[in-house]
Amino acid sequence: MITMTGRVIKRWWPMFALPTCFAFVLGFVVPLVMGIYLSFTEFTTITDSEWVGLKNYRRALQDPDFLHALLFTVAFTIVTTILINVAAFFVAYMFTKAMRGAKLFRSVFFMPNLIGGIVLGYIWQLLLNGVLAHWDISLTYHAKYGFVGMVIMVCWQQIGYMMVIYIAGLQNVPGDVMEAAAVDGATPRQVLFRITIPLMMPSITVCSFLTVTNGFKLFDQNLALTNGAPSDTSEMLALNIYRTFYGRAGFEGVGQAKAVMFFVLVALIAVIQNKITTSKEVQA
Amino acid sequence: MSEKIKHGPFWTAFFAIVSLAWIFPLALVLINSFKKKIYISTDTFSLPTGKEFAGLFNYTDGIEKTDFIQSFGWSLLITIGAVLVILLCTSMCAWWIVRVNNWVAKTIYLLFLLNMIVPFQMVMFPLSKMADMLSLNTPWGLCLVYLGFGAGLPVFIFTGVIKSIPQEIEEAAMIDGASTMRTYFTIVVPMMRSSIISVAILQTMWIWNDYLLPYLTLDMQRFKTIPIAIQYLRGGYGSVDMGALMACLVLAIIPIVIFFAFCQKYIIQGITAGAVKG
Repeated sequence: MITMTGRVIKRWWPMFALPTCFAFVLGFVVPLVMGIYLSFTEFTTITDSEWVGLKNYRRALQDPDFLHALLFTVAFTIVTTILINVAAFFVAYMFTKAMRGAKLFRSVFFMPNLIGGIVLGYIWQLLLNGVLAHWDISLTYHAKYGFVGMVIMVCWQQIGYMMVIYIAGLQNVPGDVMEAAAVDGATPRQVLFRITIPLMMPSITVCSFLTVTNGFKLFDQNLALTNGAPSDTSEMLALNIYRTFYGRAGFEGVGQAKAVMFFVLVALIAVIQNKITTSKEVQA
Repeated sequence: MSEKIKHGPFWTAFFAIVSLAWIFPLALVLINSFKKKIYISTDTFSLPTGKEFAGLFNYTDGIEKTDFIQSFGWSLLITIGAVLVILLCTSMCAWWIVRVNNWVAKTIYLLFLLNMIVPFQMVMFPLSKMADMLSLNTPWGLCLVYLGFGAGLPVFIFTGVIKSIPQEIEEAAMIDGASTMRTYFTIVVPMMRSSIISVAILQTMWIWNDYLLPYLTLDMQRFKTIPIAIQYLRGGYGSVDMGALMACLVLAIIPIVIFFAFCQKYIIQGITAGAVKG
């Protein structure tokens, strides 16, 4: 049933809904539809496309660099998701208890999040290359250094962000439930694993969703820290797609096909991950 | 519960050390920004003393090489412009969606939800070519692109808030003769205040630091934002002017630290509001 306010507001659509919807169609809907269409065509600009069916997808899947980037990204995402969430939960857990200096530490942990990926990449390039110089090598000597370097950098950046979300979640856990458990003789460890963590599942769902999608979509940090070197072996999916578009003439269609697969993959993983962690949620 | 268990001095000491390690990378860049450029890569961990000390040369050099002041201006203009446009338009749109709530509104809402999970690479190529064709390659055009591509999350957060506002208040205002516009700006907006601040913070963090979208959209001959200027300085594979790079990194971090010092409370609040379950 439409309400009175609803009926009045509806007539005002050119003022209220139109500006956003116009920009949205221009900046999202049309490029999205066009992107899906273009992935089945060969083109150099968006006006000269020619239908080629699934050819782009076949070529994308035959590209060894793309498959390498996929494996690299999956491994990177798994490692960072686990490290960041465990560390952020631990830090949040410690900081919600009374501790001298917790406020200051919280600010310090959070600060790297405000710095953009490009700047972060160069900060860590300086530090890590400085350390590796002791062994006369650099970050771009082998992909494993790039991998570890990016893991350290992304952990440094995101632990503070997830910490903030976990702190908010911990503050919402009802204290009386824990007190009741403690009175019943549960050890602090039992309280943590049997009560706090199950009650924290909504925050864990959000944080793991964010870390997983951030891992898959990582671009700026990758570009700045290693730029894929040596010879594209430290290249992640987003960077690989970007370079397929802008680095190789005649591969625009392949790039778009990769982008579509990337989108489907990110969406699928987000949905599955959400299902798994949501199913573990409980009520106090 | 927070009063029940207390951590002793051991943990304070532990986190003090970890915190120092946490700010070490930033301190290292600051130290190196005062070193002559040839020593930055070879003597990364030494202090800039004696013959290594470069004074403020790296800063003047870096500002000149990157046109840093200009880039700073464009970054500021684009961030403020786009955030204001996003706040105004998406909050109005969200109110319309919630209050009208017919099949059109519901369809639009679903599309906004889809927007939140589509990675930028998916629309990157068509979007940048379209922006070029439609002459959106200026900071003003970029604000429009940001409104379009970045509308999903703000609309999602705002609709959530508006659903919790009782409609009777707006009805009462309208019966008393307030126009739709007046009802919105004097009744609804004040009630959305904290979520507006949260969205402003989230969007500011995104747009200020964004590299790829402005890089692909803007006319690179005329407009460079700070991340783009830094990436240009780093350039391709040639020799890099480490001195200028260090100085520019420090200059890029300073505004962020100031922003953080003044808005910490709102930033924390904004992130918590953005962490809603999709």
